[in-house]
Amino acid sequence: MTTLRRLLPSGNSWLTAYAFLYIGFLYLPVVFLPIFSINTSASPKFPLAGTTLQWYRDLPKTPALIDAAWNSLIVGVSAAVLSTTLGILAARAITRYRFPGRRPIHGLIMAPLVLPEVIVAISMLLVMLQLGLSLSLFTVVLGHVLICIPYSMSVLTSGFEGFDRSLEEASADLGETAFGTFRRVTLPMVTPAIISSLLVSFTISLDDFIIAFFLTGTEATLPIYIWGQLRFAAKLPGVLALGTLLLIGSFVLLSIAEILRRRAARRTQSEGPLHA
Amino acid sequence: MLDRPTPDRRVPDRPMIEIRDVTRSYGAFKALDDCSLTIREGEFFSLLGPSGCGKTTLLRMIAGFDNPTSGTIAVDGQEMVGVPANRRPTNMVFQSYAIFPHLNVEQNVAYGLKRLKLDPVEEKRRVDEVLAMVSLNGLGKRGAHELSGGQRQRVALARALVMRPKVLLLDEPLSALDKKLREQMQVELRRLQQAVGITFILVTHDQYEALAMSDRIAVMFGGRIAQVASPKEMYQRPVNRQVADFLGGMNFVKAEVVEENGSSITVDTLGFGRVTTEKPKAFVRNGAGATLGIRPERLRVLWDNATAKYEVAGTVVERHYFGEITHLIVEIPGLEKPLSVTETNDFGADDIPVGAAIRLGYDRDALVAMAD
Repeated sequence: MTTLRRLLPSGNSWLTAYAFLYIGFLYLPVVFLPIFSINTSASPKFPLAGTTLQWYRDLPKTPALIDAAWNSLIVGVSAAVLSTTLGILAARAITRYRFPGRRPIHGLIMAPLVLPEVIVAISMLLVMLQLGLSLSLFTVVLGHVLICIPYSMSVLTSGFEGFDRSLEEASADLGETAFGTFRRVTLPMVTPAIISSLLVSFTISLDDFIIAFFLTGTEATLPIYIWGQLRFAAKLPGVLALGTLLLIGSFVLLSIAEILRRRAARRTQSEGPLHA
Repeated sequence: MLDRPTPDRRVPDRPMIEIRDVTRSYGAFKALDDCSLTIREGEFFSLLGPSGCGKTTLLRMIAGFDNPTSGTIAVDGQEMVGVPANRRPTNMVFQSYAIFPHLNVEQNVAYGLKRLKLDPVEEKRRVDEVLAMVSLNGLGKRGAHELSGGQRQRVALARALVMRPKVLLLDEPLSALDKKLREQMQVELRRLQQAVGITFILVTHDQYEALAMSDRIAVMFGGRIAQVASPKEMYQRPVNRQVADFLGGMNFVKAEVVEENGSSITVDTLGFGRVTTEKPKAFVRNGAGATLGIRPERLRVLWDNATAKYEVAGTVVERHYFGEITHLIVEIPGLEKPLSVTETNDFGADDIPVGAAIRLGYDRDALVAMAD
């Protein structure tokens, strides 16, 4: 609250009210999720009948949920590794070299960010079927790589950007081979960005519903499992508990990712010679 | 101090770097145009010129970061074209210093030594030795972020020197430092070079830096080497107007060549009359005309009844005060452009009023004939 007030010009109560409304509109629904997840009653209504952690305790006892969690983990890790690997190559090319079509290519890689996800999902479904691929977790991974790459790219580009080229030249000048330079200079410099990219893409994959919904076969990921459970009113508290955990998990992962990204950006900033 | 056999290192005139007919083209643009240059062992050599003259390109070719389109470069008798940077006996101090930000001072300095797989005690000894040489003793554990500009510069220097290169390349190493530190580092760099006896090649756009530090200087314009000479010769006998102008203020007077032979040249001028001067080495005339030049500090104000063997008389039209010196702009009858005169202020040059009629004295050897 105090932070908000400090950010605003003092004495403008309308602007303050607007800011509070705005933040409330954005985050109030999210706040309801954990609140109702500890409600004793199964129906999400105020006032709460009482508080309990029962729904959380029940989660590990649901085999279908455990399966879905495993599926999400497999898909998330695969998508994160693939999109980060591809992202490293692309980010390095985009930041290091000047080649014709650099900007359009960059734009096309980032495009999935703004394309309607349902359209992307349907198009991918059509392509997969045309290619004769049967729907499975593998096809979900492919879909997730597509939507994760823009995030990987933006994290990694900021890691590579401003990475003073002369650092690599200095390494070569001091007798190091190209591979040695990559290992001893380039990699340590961008490691935080790489980890950050892995975390971000894992989170995106973990949270995605639409792509997974269209591209999976019989195996459900966590969001699909949640969607399936919503049809049963009695299962709602469990879903809320699971949702809360996913929310907290995503929040933690993204925070770590952002901290690492900033650290990487600071570290690789060209060490412009300062005045003594 | 590096434990090299220093006494016999100073073999006079042994070539260390031989650059022959080097051209570097980017399409139609020639960054370097047929440059040839020999740099001697143990020499402090400067490549001086405005930005874009090709001096950095030449340095990077010696280091191995760029290759000539045609021509050859040899270091200590070995052909270098095609040899990658990591296998050349040269080391470089980068303009940005390129200190590895994830390593501390010691690790930065030891970076290149790691590949030599030295005994840890020996490695430590070499690192400490070179850190002492650049006055960074005790700062080995400092992180790269905790260093001032001057310290970063010393780390870059130590990191290159610890490799005991045959040639140390310095790419505008002082340009990022403030004036006072820069002047201090000029002296230190020169002293260091004298101590280790390694061939230093310095790239700079600062003429005073080049004059103060170098044994010899090559001045470059537009990808070509205009003149190679010692600082004094370069300053006193520039080969043409461009070089003279780049090395500091000079008054130019239009001249007509009367006679030219092997070592001297005679010209006719308005204002200074007929003058015979020593001909600059590598003097090439462009057309019939030539230019006679005199540096502003070689003209002195003649007070009262003082006389000089050679004099010109004129009127002060402008006066600019610079603390220890005063610039006077003096109009001389017959000369197209007024002369610029620099006079120290110990005799009251700063009190000469604008409009005063004064006489200026000069020595004949202050006059230099050069190509247009």
